[in-house]
Amino acid sequence: MAEVWEASKMIELTIDGKKVTAKEGDTILKVARENNIYIPALCYLEGVSSFGGCRVCLVEIKGSPRVFASCVTPVAEGMEIITNSERLKRYRKWAVELLLSERPHVCSVCVANGSCELQQLATDLGVDHLRVEREWTNYELDLTHERFAYDPNRCILCTRCIRICDEIEGVHTIDLMLRGKNSKVIFDLNDKWGFAESCTSCGKCSAVCPVGALYVKGKPHSESKRKELASFVTSRRSEKTIG
Amino acid sequence: MKPDELRSLAQKEAEARKSYRYRINVCCSSGCMPFGALKVLSAFKDAVKEFGVEGECYVARTGCIGTCSIAPAVLIEPGDYLYQNVTPDRAKEIVKEHIVNGRPVKSMLYGNEAYFKKQLRIVLRNAGKIDPLRIEDYIAVGGYYALLKALTRMTPEGVIEEVALSGLKGRGGAGFLTGLKWRYVARATGSPKYVIANLDEGDPGVFANRTLAEADPHAIIEGMAIAAYAVGASKGYIYVRSEYPLAVETLKKAIEAARSMGLLGEKIFETAFSFDIELRLGAGAFVAGEETAILASIEGRRAMPRPRPPYPAQSGLWGKPTLINNVETLANIPVILLKGSEWFASIGAKNCTGTKCFSLTGKVNNPGLIEVPMGITLREVVFEIGGGVPPGRRFKAVQVGGPSGGFLPEQLLDLPIDYESLTKAGAIMGSGGIVVLDDTSCMVDTAKFFTEFCVDESCGKCVPCRVGLYKLYKILDGFTRGEGSLEDLQKVEELCEFIKEASLCGLGQTAPNPTLTTLRYFRDEYVAHILEKKCSAGKCFKNGGGVGGE
Ligand SMILES: Cc1cc2nc3c(=O)[nH]c(=O)nc-3n(C[C@H](O)[C@H](O)[C@H](O)COP(=O)(O)O)c2cc1C
Ligand code: SF4
Ligand code: SF4
Ligand code: SF4
Ligand code: FES
Ligand code: FES
Repeated sequence: MAEVWEASKMIELTIDGKKVTAKEGDTILKVARENNIYIPALCYLEGVSSFGGCRVCLVEIKGSPRVFASCVTPVAEGMEIITNSERLKRYRKWAVELLLSERPHVCSVCVANGSCELQQLATDLGVDHLRVEREWTNYELDLTHERFAYDPNRCILCTRCIRICDEIEGVHTIDLMLRGKNSKVIFDLNDKWGFAESCTSCGKCSAVCPVGALYVKGKPHSESKRKELASFVTSRRSEKTIG
Repeated sequence: MKPDELRSLAQKEAEARKSYRYRINVCCSSGCMPFGALKVLSAFKDAVKEFGVEGECYVARTGCIGTCSIAPAVLIEPGDYLYQNVTPDRAKEIVKEHIVNGRPVKSMLYGNEAYFKKQLRIVLRNAGKIDPLRIEDYIAVGGYYALLKALTRMTPEGVIEEVALSGLKGRGGAGFLTGLKWRYVARATGSPKYVIANLDEGDPGVFANRTLAEADPHAIIEGMAIAAYAVGASKGYIYVRSEYPLAVETLKKAIEAARSMGLLGEKIFETAFSFDIELRLGAGAFVAGEETAILASIEGRRAMPRPRPPYPAQSGLWGKPTLINNVETLANIPVILLKGSEWFASIGAKNCTGTKCFSLTGKVNNPGLIEVPMGITLREVVFEIGGGVPPGRRFKAVQVGGPSGGFLPEQLLDLPIDYESLTKAGAIMGSGGIVVLDDTSCMVDTAKFFTEFCVDESCGKCVPCRVGLYKLYKILDGFTRGEGSLEDLQKVEELCEFIKEASLCGLGQTAPNPTLTTLRYFRDEYVAHILEKKCSAGKCFKNGGGVGGE
């Protein structure tokens, strides 16, 4: 009982000078979105757990010299949050540039061209050239699944696919292998996707992949994306709240 | 075990110890073992028999004496005569001369008094002087008395207060006040609570925690038990890296010994307090020593850090309040309880009390494991204890804090060693590595080397660390091969700022330190590389181009 009561305690804070009320325990990103304040985010996916990896959603909190990933930082009474300083813009730009340079993101020959969240962010943040050298990784394409395709060369390791496959579909087909810059998204025990026995072919992973790494074969990328997603995430969330 | 039993056992052991006129401590720790320490040990045992002095001379197998550069090392009490590079033959001669004839063999003694003069051994109080595999040895020197005192004469809050007043700060790197951390865990709701001793020590070249565990495992166990009593925990884990087989073995046996004496388990000293410890082996990644990664690893998941809050104190192992302390932090606890917080607070510097163990390595004449009072200057450590750089070479820099520690130049040698001063200068306390560089090292190349280490050790979760460090490495690598321009230096600084500020955990947050400090204190070397393609140490431009070369 006590926990329920505490979780729903309301608190006050400001975001970019605007006074807002929020539920204690909610993240800064969630509260900002509820109040129509836009904080860019990339690895964040509504309806599944937060990861905190891309660092695009950074904000400042008055009184602290540090920056915080808003998708994993809970709000607190009296917090004064800044979502858009020069410093934050600089950091976000670095995050996006580094992701673009980590693997060969050549948009013009990518299935996701035009419907890619990374590309959109780059445009929003004014990333018009890369200050660091591109890496030309040469991972093999996985086309073994009858409906979906996986191109590791476009993956930004946001783990959205892993989280949705585990937490919503409940099968945990996908995971990460190795560490650091060698990290790689894999299916089952590093099988080819088409041979991953636990996969139910539900398509959730490809629907939430922000880039052109997972996609539905033979369908324009934009159409295979999150349109259906909204519905299954919300239904699952209402189940959770009721249950 | 009953309280009285501890007292009588201690008395009996102390008397037994006194009944010998001499005690020969043979170091059989990881540093001396490869040089034949075990053979030396049996040579001493044979020799005392041969000369018929077994009755007055006890031969003990001990942990590290702290002078690993003279392995195998042997310490004879009374008088703390330290013999260097002992062989089985020399062992025989030492027994004959020192024990039988009462004349220490001068030519075999380690004549370096300066090495010990400025050291102060609190954490390593027993290292090299007790047999780590005999719990009785530990009890003979006052072991488990602090636990007895805590359980029978102090409240948990009283213990926390004492630790808080001592000013002890965590020795695992960040220097968080130990008493305060304990208070958070004590006040957190949820049960059971857990205590974790961090012995991951992933920094290359750092071996202070390993040495402690190999030399005095019960100091860690006793510290953990006291911590558990203070915060209300009933279960503890020691998280130790699997690359430390001897430490693992020693700890395992020590835990069993403590259990069989009733110093771990149910109703310790006939009080209501029950506590037990399990060992957990880490897989060896550097980042696995970060506290939230340890939680994940003990729970059986991938050792990846997660954002805090929630802090482990609120939500740690399986969501329960968990205290995580470094093993050196914990080994301080028994002494603090026995000698008092006031005594502890009088040692070291004002805002930084006590001592710190360091692995002193690199280009120094006397490398080894040292323990010094906080506030000692780098100059004292490098030149007095360490004996300076090898003959004919010039001191260039000292790195404090392990692979992500900063490099400090000659003009900062009078900096006192404390958390604040080090951080201000761009270095960190880290978990206890001090590496000395002389003029044979190139600072650009060195920065590149440590950046590469962190690239390999990044868990890959967050972008600044995973991608940023790699790009940084590529740029530094370019400098050592004659690529890059002066504008790149500014880019490097910006990139470093991003990595430092935006990374999720301490690995990324500190990894730019080697680059940032070398840029700050040795910028001319970068400029020489870029503009003149010149490396004063002759390390770079090996594959064509550039001047220099050895
Ligand atoms: C990358 C990384 C590696 C770490 N490795 C260790 C380690 O090997 N041993 C350790 O005690 N603490 C290590 N820490 C610090 C721990 O996260 C934690 O702060 C510490 O164990 C707390 O104990 P203390 O308060 O006694 O210092 C590491 C931190 C980071 C970010
Ligand atoms: S299609 Fe569904 S089950 Fe298969 S990997 Fe993707 S999310 Fe998991
Ligand atoms: S495959 Fe797509 S969703 Fe999965 S981690 Fe890579 S970029 Fe993210
Ligand atoms: S800073 Fe590095 S090690 Fe730490 S979470 Fe990020 S990627 Fe992993
Ligand atoms: S959206 Fe917050 S770190 Fe990625
Ligand atoms: S290992 Fe023997 S003296 Fe250090």
